[in-house]
Amino acid sequence: MAEITFNDIIKPENLAYTKSKLMTDNVMHYCPGCGHGTAHQALAEVIEEENLQSRTVGITPVGCSVLMYNYIDVDFQEAAHGRAPALATAVKRLMPDKFVFTYQGDGDLAAIGTAETIHTCNRGENILIIFINNGIYGMTGGQMAPTTLPGMKSATSPYGRDVSVMGSPIKMADIVAMLPGTCYVTRQSVNTAGGVRKFKKALKKAVQYQNEKRGTCFIEVVSNCPSGWKMTPVESNKWMEENMFPFYPLGDLKVPAE
Amino acid sequence: MEKELKLMKGNEAIAEAAIRAGADGYFGYPITPQSEILEYLMEANPQATTGMVVLQAESEVAAINMVYGGAACGKKVMTSSSSPGISLKQEGITYIAGAELPCLIVNVVRGGPGLGTIQPAQSDYFQATKGGGHGDYHLLVLAPSSVQEMADFVELGFDLAFKYRNPVMILSDGAIGQMMEKVWLNPQKKRSEEILPWATTGKPASRPRNIITSLDLDSERQEKFNLKLIAKYREMEEKEVRFEEFMTEDAEYLFVAYGTSARLCQKALQLARAEGIKAGLLRPITLFPFPKKRLNELADRVKGMLAVEMSAGQMVEDVMLSVNGKTRVSHYGRMGGMIPTPEEVVENLKSFIKG
Repeated sequence: MAEITFNDIIKPENLAYTKSKLMTDNVMHYCPGCGHGTAHQALAEVIEEENLQSRTVGITPVGCSVLMYNYIDVDFQEAAHGRAPALATAVKRLMPDKFVFTYQGDGDLAAIGTAETIHTCNRGENILIIFINNGIYGMTGGQMAPTTLPGMKSATSPYGRDVSVMGSPIKMADIVAMLPGTCYVTRQSVNTAGGVRKFKKALKKAVQYQNEKRGTCFIEVVSNCPSGWKMTPVESNKWMEENMFPFYPLGDLKVPAE
Repeated sequence: MEKELKLMKGNEAIAEAAIRAGADGYFGYPITPQSEILEYLMEANPQATTGMVVLQAESEVAAINMVYGGAACGKKVMTSSSSPGISLKQEGITYIAGAELPCLIVNVVRGGPGLGTIQPAQSDYFQATKGGGHGDYHLLVLAPSSVQEMADFVELGFDLAFKYRNPVMILSDGAIGQMMEKVWLNPQKKRSEEILPWATTGKPASRPRNIITSLDLDSERQEKFNLKLIAKYREMEEKEVRFEEFMTEDAEYLFVAYGTSARLCQKALQLARAEGIKAGLLRPITLFPFPKKRLNELADRVKGMLAVEMSAGQMVEDVMLSVNGKTRVSHYGRMGGMIPTPEEVVENLKSFIKG
């Protein structure tokens, strides 16, 4: 049998994974090893595979993914910090046949936008909220987030998060799962190929539930921040598995009855 | 279809006019003295007739951001509130101005600062006309002085908002919001089904994706954008100045007043004339753009101008800038929900004349 060379492997017909047609050629501003790029790619693939481009309106947050609209080829609105679910509410109410999603970080969704998050979920708006939880403010340079773990060091908790004075990390997926308006709440990760496949599966379920207008879908992605955590990408993924996953366990918190 | 005559509160007229203007959505939060707008719309339930969406938001902040989302889809959307609530909306308003989106915002002003009072005032003039939120921007501001104008300015406001892709504010007050007058209402307009080329409605194959944002990290491009906004405001100053004059032909002294103050100045004008004082009134209808040119012209032939406002003196600064030292300018105002009587306005005009 002939030996398989590197050049054989990279032939287009041999590629198992390709860039989604909906990913633009713009150079990403994300740090090496960051989960955002992977999450974007998975989302773009699902929009492409589900043929949703012409009816998708995305809402971007303030935070690292503020410039997400540069990377995925769909219509986008850029919201003020924390307000994405309010924009999404109006978009969906005014154009009920659209697929509407928000993509938000932990500061955006769980601190400044807590009210919008909870009330949008409570009204059961037929939108998908994608929540990237990396336990830190990445864009502004590594400050403490509402989801920063107890004892975790950040630029504004340099001695570690002291829960007696800084409060405990907030588990947003658990909170919104309690609200009758949400139909699907799940926690995923994108640090392994298996994780990405599961995340995509969750996105596809959310698309189905959105098509069926069953209420708000909420997908949390527990992710890393190598720059903010001051680790290499490999170290950050290991640290995330050892520290973030036990506190924010992966899996479904709420699934609709069939 | 003919116009319809009704007896209504100013707030109700706004709500009914919004339905009839073919508005696509209203997003609000209760606050006195304008809660009738949301109440009226909820009872009218236009979703069942015209398809207009009416939603009570969890806060004024959420309501204005719903307006942002709806406006970004090219929809005819609006919100309303009163002073403390309008302060909360300022974040959303500056984003809407920065993203160049059309929308209508109604402020039924009450006295401040802080919670202040629920009684009428005109103390939000600076906030309304000078931007209100952060950054260099302006709203186009319409000041109704009757229930009829509350209704008329809804449709006018939407038209101007879409013409300039800029937020428009109706700056009213608790008196006009609460009082009842007869009002001629326009026949029902159909909601527009037009898909605007810049709107985020889902990207078809025929166009590049639409992005609605107020962000540009490149300073040179951002400055160009700021210059574009300024050009838009200059165009408004050229084309959209609206005002009304009363007995200015032979006036020696001019009241300058808008909204409720303009109404009581009309009475003050008659009282002054009866005493032999040749008084006139200029009522700005647009507060931005302000009738600078006309005031400057009138400054050549009057002996003085008295700005009458229910505030500590805000519009008077624009009057002074307009006349640029050509004539004497002073201010008379009451605050905290107090409305001056025509008699006390005349007394103040007399002491102004004495100097």
